[in-house]
Amino acid sequence: MQQSTNIWFELGQLLKQLVLELTGMPWLASLAQTLLGIVGIFAVVMLAALILVYLERKVCAWMQMRVGPNRLGPFGIFQSVADALKLLTKEDIRPAQVSGKMWALAPVLMFMVVIITYAVIPFDAGVIFADLNIGIFFFVAVSAQTTLPLLMAGWSSNNKYSLVGGMRTVAQMISYEIPLVFSILGVVMITGSMKMSDIVKAQESIWFIVTQPVAFVVFVIAATAECNRAPFDLVEAESELVAGPFVEYSGMRFAYFFLAEYASLVASSCIAATLFLGGWHGPWLPGWIWFFLKVSAMIFLFMWFRWTFPRIRVDQLMAFGWKFLLPLSVANIIVTGVGLWLFFPLS
Amino acid sequence: MEVNTEKQSQQDLPALSPLAQLLGTDSVILTTVEQVLGWAQTHSFWPLTSGLACCALEMMATGAGRFDLARFGYEVFRPSPRHADVLIVAGTLTWKMAPPLVRLYEQMPENKWVIAMGSCAIGGGPFVDSYSVVPGVDKLLPVDVYIPGCPPRPEALIHGMLTLKEKVMAAKKRGGKP
Ligand code: SF4
Repeated sequence: MQQSTNIWFELGQLLKQLVLELTGMPWLASLAQTLLGIVGIFAVVMLAALILVYLERKVCAWMQMRVGPNRLGPFGIFQSVADALKLLTKEDIRPAQVSGKMWALAPVLMFMVVIITYAVIPFDAGVIFADLNIGIFFFVAVSAQTTLPLLMAGWSSNNKYSLVGGMRTVAQMISYEIPLVFSILGVVMITGSMKMSDIVKAQESIWFIVTQPVAFVVFVIAATAECNRAPFDLVEAESELVAGPFVEYSGMRFAYFFLAEYASLVASSCIAATLFLGGWHGPWLPGWIWFFLKVSAMIFLFMWFRWTFPRIRVDQLMAFGWKFLLPLSVANIIVTGVGLWLFFPLS
Repeated sequence: MEVNTEKQSQQDLPALSPLAQLLGTDSVILTTVEQVLGWAQTHSFWPLTSGLACCALEMMATGAGRFDLARFGYEVFRPSPRHADVLIVAGTLTWKMAPPLVRLYEQMPENKWVIAMGSCAIGGGPFVDSYSVVPGVDKLLPVDVYIPGCPPRPEALIHGMLTLKEKVMAAKKRGGKP
């Protein structure tokens, strides 16, 4: 791990030192540090999801020239607290025809899969839970698993709307996962490493959004589809499918899906900021503040998309993915390869 | 606007436990939790996306820019009855549509409320003499708040939802069922 001066890294080291001094057992100190990391990630994810639910409603309101929630607390910031508490108090309906275990497991799995992706996100220099040497590959592999819980939910609900929604998830994820990976490949080719900290370090002088603009556009479009957000929210498509795979879930089970959706939005924004916007690099301010600003900008971009574009048809979605995004991302790889061969022939 | 908040007299309440008699009130902690939950419930009524007739247009207008139901946190119109809290019966209910509407109500999870919006939902409205119209949804569903008008203005719907909020909070303070 590299030398760094930010407070989060120091905090982790301090705790490790403290436990080591108190108990004299190195493994306990490491365990304490790991637990702190896990608790920190959970806190960040839950807080971000709660804030985003509120922000989404506010941004939507501003785009439609409304005021948005403003009754609870200043500017209505406690709105999502009330929503979460209310969802806790709702009755837990378990329809008679659902296939029990699968149905109950799906929301929990969905949330877990999304949380696991946070392990490889570098919030600041040295502040990364696991700096794997296949970091970005790990992220892609794990985030693709969100397909399974949605399909489980759709199928085990035994409801025609949810089944169609679950099937659409699979079709959509498969067609958009490939352009997503190919767009990331351009960045990996330039860096020569899949390690997250190496990718960020390579952007010290110039961000990859400048050298890989096409890859950035493909990534943002594919990530929008991955997070099931409008204009690609065919999985939920209220006007056709009621609520897609979530139709039969009430109360907290539904809230799990809701939170997981926003957590995956944050994860995608973090990855976009890391790969293309230079991660924690930036002048004057501490690294984690820069990272926070970049992630906020990405999240706002996704929200902007959602409240600007109408939902597209499912055949348009598939055609766009396979006939436009995929060739574009492949062409990007070829151009990147030729460029590397021309300018850095020895490396 | 007529509201079903019948006042319960002190005699109707269950007898206080010795501890509660000592403290001079019943169950300090539980009433507080109840009120917190009531606060949460009353500030996030999620209505079901269901419109039956012309009143539904006023319901849509309530969510739009000029009236903005979102200020109170009530704009999350959920398409699935499993996620909804409030069933706004907005429009004329015919006998043919009555079974699906009752079924929708039954599919909603508990802590659910019904608002009868417009004179059709209250008592059949202009079609009260018709063979095909239900003369008031309170024949079929337990209505909490009645909003008169043909159609009621969006402000009236907002007032109705705020009245429902007051009603639920009053019940929570009293310690009874909402
Ligand atoms: S009350 Fe009037 S406006 Fe409302 S549904 Fe009936 S006829 Fe239409």
